[in-house]
Amino acid sequence: MTDPATVPQTLGPAPNAPVPKTPTNIPHRGGPANASAARIKEKFPSAFVRAEVVWGETTVFVRPDAVFDVIQYLHDDPNEQYAYLSDVTCVEYRDLEQPLEVVWHLRSITWRAFIRIKAQLTKGARLSVKSVWPIYKGADWLERECYDMFGVEFEGHPDLRRILMWEQYKEGYPLRKDFPLRGRFSRAEQLRQALAANPEARYSMEELKIADAFEDLPSDMRKRLLGGEETGE
Amino acid sequence: MGLVARPDHKVVSYAPESQEGWVTSRLDFLVNWARAGSLWPMPFGTACCAIEFMATAASRFDLSRFGMERMSFSPRQADVLICAGRVPFKLAPVIRRIWQQMPQPKWCISMGACASSGGMFDNYAVVQGIDTIIPVDVYVPGCPPRPEGLIYGIMMLQKKVMNERMSDQSIRNEMEPDPSSKLYIPPPVIDELSEPFGNSVHQTRSGL
Repeated sequence: MTDPATVPQTLGPAPNAPVPKTPTNIPHRGGPANASAARIKEKFPSAFVRAEVVWGETTVFVRPDAVFDVIQYLHDDPNEQYAYLSDVTCVEYRDLEQPLEVVWHLRSITWRAFIRIKAQLTKGARLSVKSVWPIYKGADWLERECYDMFGVEFEGHPDLRRILMWEQYKEGYPLRKDFPLRGRFSRAEQLRQALAANPEARYSMEELKIADAFEDLPSDMRKRLLGGEETGE
Repeated sequence: MGLVARPDHKVVSYAPESQEGWVTSRLDFLVNWARAGSLWPMPFGTACCAIEFMATAASRFDLSRFGMERMSFSPRQADVLICAGRVPFKLAPVIRRIWQQMPQPKWCISMGACASSGGMFDNYAVVQGIDTIIPVDVYVPGCPPRPEGLIYGIMMLQKKVMNERMSDQSIRNEMEPDPSSKLYIPPPVIDELSEPFGNSVHQTRSGL
C-alpha cells in the first residue's frame, strides 16, 4: 500500500509506479495477479467471486449487484485510480448453460495497470446491471451498443436505446446465440421495415444545431419539421 | 466538330471538301453523345469498393477521360449513382432518398459483389443487392472490382446511354410498385421463390 499523500494528482505515471518493460514468457494461465484484485477481495468480500490471470491480464469476477461499487472504488481510490474505461462489452458462450458475462476493461494511467471486471448474468431472467455512466461518461455509447447487441439493460443509463441497429428494430438482439444469422424476419419484411424508417424524422432541430437557420430552409422542409413528421413505424 | 459516328448511328456529313463544314445528325445521337460524355458520378462509397473507386478516379486510371472528373457530392447535380460497397438495412432509406433526389436523366452502377447481391454478407444487417431498393443499370462484379473493371462498367453504361431514344418516355418513368397490377409479386411470394437462398426462417445455424 502506498501512502495516498504521495500520489500525484496530475495524470501520468506515479514516481513509484512499476517501470514498464517488454513482457516475456507470459504463461497462459497463472502468474502474478494485479494487486488491485487482492484489494477488491479485501474491500468487498461478499461481492468478490474469484480472480484469474490469463496471459498476464487479471480478471476479477464480481457479483452483478456490486459491480458499480467496485468500479466506483477502483476509480476513486488513490491507490487504484483507474481513470480510463477502455471498454464495456458482453460475452455469450456457445455452451447454453454458461451465464452471460458483462465485461469492463479498466486502465490506470497513474499506476500503469490494467484490470478486467466481469459480472455473470444468469440467462432466463432479466439481464440488467447498474450503469457506470455516472462514473465514466464515456460508457454511454459502449453500454448502448451492449444493449443493442445483447439486450443487457444498464440501469441508470441516461439514454438507453439502440445505436447500431435502427431504433424500431424488432427482431431481437443480433449477437445472442439464439439469434439466427439472417435475422428472424423474411428478407422482404426486413427490407419493408428498413425502408419504412424515416432517417430525417429521427433528428430534432436542436440536435442538428440548425435552429438559427430555420427560416432559410425550404418551405416544404419547414412544414415537415414543424408538423413533427411521423416516423415510418 | 469531333463527332465520331459509328455506322449504326447514321451520321451523314455532306460535302467534306467544302469550307462550310456542316453536319447533320439525329437529335437523339447528339443528346446521347453529350450525356454519355459527361456523366457526373455521385459516389456512394461504403466499404472497400470505395477505395478502388478512388483509385479509378485518381490520376493513374483517370476518370476524367470519360468526362467524369467532376465528382458530384450532391445528388442534385449528379447523373450516375455509383454504389461502391455493402449497404446495411439502416442505410436503405438513405440511398433511396439520394436516388429520389437525383434529377432525371439518371443512371446507377452497382459496384462490387456486396452492392450487387449482398456478397458474403448474407446476414441480418445487409441489403441483399441494392436492386431491391433502386433500379440498377450496370452491375460490376468483383470483390472489389479492379479499376479496369469499373471502367469497363462505365463504358458499358456509356453504350447504354448512346442507345437511348428520346421518344421512349418509359425509360424515365419512376414507378412505385402497384399492388393491383397483375405483374405485381407480393413479398411473401418473392420469399417463397427465393428459397433456400433468400429466406432465413428455417435455417438452424446457431446450433439450436
